[in-house]
Amino acid sequence: MVKSYTPELPSAVNLPSLIQALSSDTLQLSLPRFVPELVVCATIVLLLVARIPRLTAWLDPFWLALAGVLIALRFAIPAGGLTELGTVERQELFTGMLVHDSMTVFFRFFLVAFAFAFIILARMTGLADRRDGQDFYSLLLGATLGMCIMASANHLMTVFLGIEMASVPSYVLAGIIKGRRRASEASLKYVVFGAGAAGIMLYGISLLAGLTGSAHLPTIAAKLAAMDLPALVAGGKGAGTLMVLVLAGLMMMVGLAFKLSAVPFHFWCPDVFEGASAEIDAFLSVASKAAAMALLVRVVLGLGTLPTDTTHTAALAHPISAHTVAFYQSGDGAAAEAASPSAVSSTSIALAPVRRFMVLLLSIVAAITCTFGNLAAYGQTNIKRMLAYSTIAHAGYMMMAVAATAQLAGTSSVGAQEAVASLLFYLLAYVFMNLGAFAIVAFLRNTIGSEEIADYSGLIRSAPLTGIAFTVVLVSLVGIPPMVGFIGKFAIFQALVMAGGFWMITLLVIASLNTAISLVYYLRVAKAICIDPPPAERGAVSIGILPAVYVVAVSLPVLLYGIVPARLLNLATEAVKHIL
Amino acid sequence: MLEFANPTVFLSWLVFLPAVVALALAFIPASGETIKRISLAATAVVFLMTVYMTFGWSTVHFKAGTEGMQNTLSHPWIPTFNIHYFMGTDGISFPLIVLTAFVSLLAMAASWPINKFVKGYCILFLLLETGMLGVFCALDFFLFYVFWEVMLLPMYFLIGIWGGPRKEYAAIKFFLYTLVGSVLMLIAILILYFHSDLRALQDKVPPAQIMATGVVAPGLEEAAQLAEWSKIASADTPQHTFNILALQLMGQHTDLFSAPLWGGYSLQWWAFVLLAIGFVIKVPSVPLHTWLPDAHVEAPTPISMILAGVLLKMGGYGLIRICYPICPQAGYDLAHVVCFIGALSMVYGAFAAMAQTDFKRLVAYSSVSHMGYVVLGLGVWSAFAGTQYNPDYWKMGMNGAMFQMIAHGISSAGMFFMVGVVYDRVHHRNLNEFGGLFAKMPVYSGLAVGIFFAGLGLPGLCGFIGEVLVVLSVWNYNTTLAVVSAAVVILTAGYILWAIQRVYLGAQYKGPHGEALSPLTFRELSIAAPLLALAIFFGVNPKSLLNYMQPSVDKTVVELTEWTKRHESAAAAKPATAETIIQRPDKS
Repeated sequence: MVKSYTPELPSAVNLPSLIQALSSDTLQLSLPRFVPELVVCATIVLLLVARIPRLTAWLDPFWLALAGVLIALRFAIPAGGLTELGTVERQELFTGMLVHDSMTVFFRFFLVAFAFAFIILARMTGLADRRDGQDFYSLLLGATLGMCIMASANHLMTVFLGIEMASVPSYVLAGIIKGRRRASEASLKYVVFGAGAAGIMLYGISLLAGLTGSAHLPTIAAKLAAMDLPALVAGGKGAGTLMVLVLAGLMMMVGLAFKLSAVPFHFWCPDVFEGASAEIDAFLSVASKAAAMALLVRVVLGLGTLPTDTTHTAALAHPISAHTVAFYQSGDGAAAEAASPSAVSSTSIALAPVRRFMVLLLSIVAAITCTFGNLAAYGQTNIKRMLAYSTIAHAGYMMMAVAATAQLAGTSSVGAQEAVASLLFYLLAYVFMNLGAFAIVAFLRNTIGSEEIADYSGLIRSAPLTGIAFTVVLVSLVGIPPMVGFIGKFAIFQALVMAGGFWMITLLVIASLNTAISLVYYLRVAKAICIDPPPAERGAVSIGILPAVYVVAVSLPVLLYGIVPARLLNLATEAVKHIL
Repeated sequence: MLEFANPTVFLSWLVFLPAVVALALAFIPASGETIKRISLAATAVVFLMTVYMTFGWSTVHFKAGTEGMQNTLSHPWIPTFNIHYFMGTDGISFPLIVLTAFVSLLAMAASWPINKFVKGYCILFLLLETGMLGVFCALDFFLFYVFWEVMLLPMYFLIGIWGGPRKEYAAIKFFLYTLVGSVLMLIAILILYFHSDLRALQDKVPPAQIMATGVVAPGLEEAAQLAEWSKIASADTPQHTFNILALQLMGQHTDLFSAPLWGGYSLQWWAFVLLAIGFVIKVPSVPLHTWLPDAHVEAPTPISMILAGVLLKMGGYGLIRICYPICPQAGYDLAHVVCFIGALSMVYGAFAAMAQTDFKRLVAYSSVSHMGYVVLGLGVWSAFAGTQYNPDYWKMGMNGAMFQMIAHGISSAGMFFMVGVVYDRVHHRNLNEFGGLFAKMPVYSGLAVGIFFAGLGLPGLCGFIGEVLVVLSVWNYNTTLAVVSAAVVILTAGYILWAIQRVYLGAQYKGPHGEALSPLTFRELSIAAPLLALAIFFGVNPKSLLNYMQPSVDKTVVELTEWTKRHESAAAAKPATAETIIQRPDKS
């Protein structure tokens, strides 16, 4: 089991041994597993530096960014290729700040690959021109870096850090088009909302860390288990502690809900999506959401379960890996004791109230988010606004998978893994659907100069390929076979049934009815494209050869992976092998 | 790819040939006329393939008089969820497959007047055909669902683009109704899947019967199959499956689906209800029928033919293939509800048809009424203790329902075509403005009257057999229902004769566009004549059709009767209060 590097246990914690263990942890353990992020960092620095000397001024930042992302992508693929994802062992990095496991690798690949596709899109639509390309690409890569950290966070500090690192560049990206009032307004709204949510979340983090004496997620879980929550809940004593814990949980959820654009913290989403350009919307709706989902899974599994891995428990008892524990607590040993493998069954019960709280919270938020998103999308006439509500609804579906994960985590770790796998598959499906939709919206904006649904009427006659691709993507968003969106929805539904119980079946019914609700507004766009007659004054609509190739490249997988989803499903299944 | 002796290749081509041609059409720059010809050729080839299967000229032969599944094929499709590309034919599905291919061919031929976006029309039409054939061939529940849904989108656009004045409303209504039904179905599928467990079959069912379900790779030798099966049977974790045949065995021989689920009802009760709603929407039965008249009135003629001739049959097929065999307990408990819905549809549809002034709407409501027979015939659970478990009447009812499905597929497709022929000429469908067509279009009127009589259920024509079998079987189950269903025959005669009188009889045509009433063209004749010929043929020689479907239908009934016997004797053996429900093994 122990394949990774484990430093020798020092007999006593003194400064030299601490420094030695710290350096070996950083140099030999953490940095080699952190290469893709380092490459992204280096690319950002290069992008910014290349602007200064006259010599490199001729260099188009596009190529620099593209090369950097490709190198990062090369390192993001594990040694045996993506099919060998399951062999990646769980390993804590940087003294427990981050965690490196198959899911980290999956999301890093996902995010960097998306950044690659996105850079090409931004270039094609002319969003990032040569003059301020540096700004654009370095912001984009900075956000990607933050998202990678979100996906591998194992510590409340990195949770917060990741969110902020991803958010701040996104605020700027939302307003990247200078001199457009709507874009600036969107950006400002985003900042104000984001700052508020971050503040509340930070408060929640401080409550949780203060109460448990740690910010390291597995340590917090161990401490919570040691608190004997079931007795507290049953006995009615310690109401204050419980209240603070619940408050901390709710406040942390605010920060996460903001990133997920979950109701009631979704208000920024339609405004920002309408104000920002469609390409940025693609980035926010896919990458940002994927990272937020990953973070949610990390928090839910980190706080709701105790690690059973022997490597991990050894590390926890170790003074260096449990670095933060050593700083904030006197080392009463309760944490290590509670987390020992023999105590697994009892600790699984010990954290049951935590999981119950999370299931309840996530189920309610997910159900409301999904239903609200779908209902609000009805009245929209602007395609970006409609798609914004659609992403809200899809966040709801995805959160249902996390709720199922939280419920299953207590009873069956295999089940919980399958539930996470369903979420990952949904995200894989989602990337093609939303990138496709927003790319088409962006290309059409460049061609017909409008983002109103009504102006798409008869598109299939003016631009058959684009029209068909858009229809395929929309149908996939509803979740109708043979598109990949259906398999994604099916995977989440089956996770819900597998979890079972009243809440999950209720969620299943709500999700199913939402599918029927969503049909009407997606189909309204498809109807405009395919059935309505084109306006007389509009001539032929041509988005160009390369954009057409791009559109086909992102929307064809929507159909193909819907018919043969086995590969993507395997990828998702492999990616969750060692997360528990 | 071309080894047609292999069922995998043959059935796959049968189902996917239209889709392949549709894909090819998308890249062929050709005139509308050529595209129609290619599409017609594709549907003709599919029909010929089914004919070959019927008569055994091909190596993949559907043998009459055989009750089990024939020509099965099974390959893993999505291993993560145990989903297989599993197809096959039996006496229940095969006649419907032939019907689908036949109606599709005629409907394609009836599509010649369509001149708007011909390429798109043909592509969607062919995709629709693939979906329809797939539904009847699929034996994996997931695969079945995928094909079921694949039909929706082409149908939406076929109504929505080529339809009448209120086409968009009709199209979205059709889509919404069916989608609501199918998401309910999806819930039921998932619930059944997660409660299924192949291991539970081990001691309850002889191995040969388990092998026949195809849960073990069918290509293997017998010994290898048994070894494979014992591996499954001794697994530590529940072996879930989407295999419809295996689910049927579980529903009839184990208690897996009897666990309480919600609201005091068992799992299979809910599964039955959810599935039945999905299927009944498709049939459609009152009160979930309202999409049908709108869809029919707005759809172009060939699409109406497909809709009435094939799509409605899927509801009945789902009931007989899935609902009853998988959830017998629920079917037993809800038999009266199903029968009531069937009878209600018959009566309501007949009265509603009588009140219509739109010719096509009248035919649409007649479909509601006629499909009521199917639901009633399937629902008549007449084998119980009171009848000494005599399955004969139930067999009669189910065979009648199946026969009625085929008969209605022929007669309703014909009726819609006949309405379409006259609509193409005079561009209205107002019954009160017709009259005297016999004088202007004698051949057409003769054929039309014949086909309408087939719909009416005149003895000697195909509609009669199904109706009479159903009514006779109901007599043994519930006299009131039998009286009601027999009385519907009078109502049917009423509205059809009245329609014939208003349209074809009378002194002369006084409505608009009288000058356009030209005689039937050869193309129209070659669509109408085979329909009437088949209606007569099956009417005088029902055995020719029953030979194919009766063994499989009877097998279903016998199995359900066996189940009833076991169930009722078990219920009698123990006091009703101590009803023990065997919990399924815990999830891993």
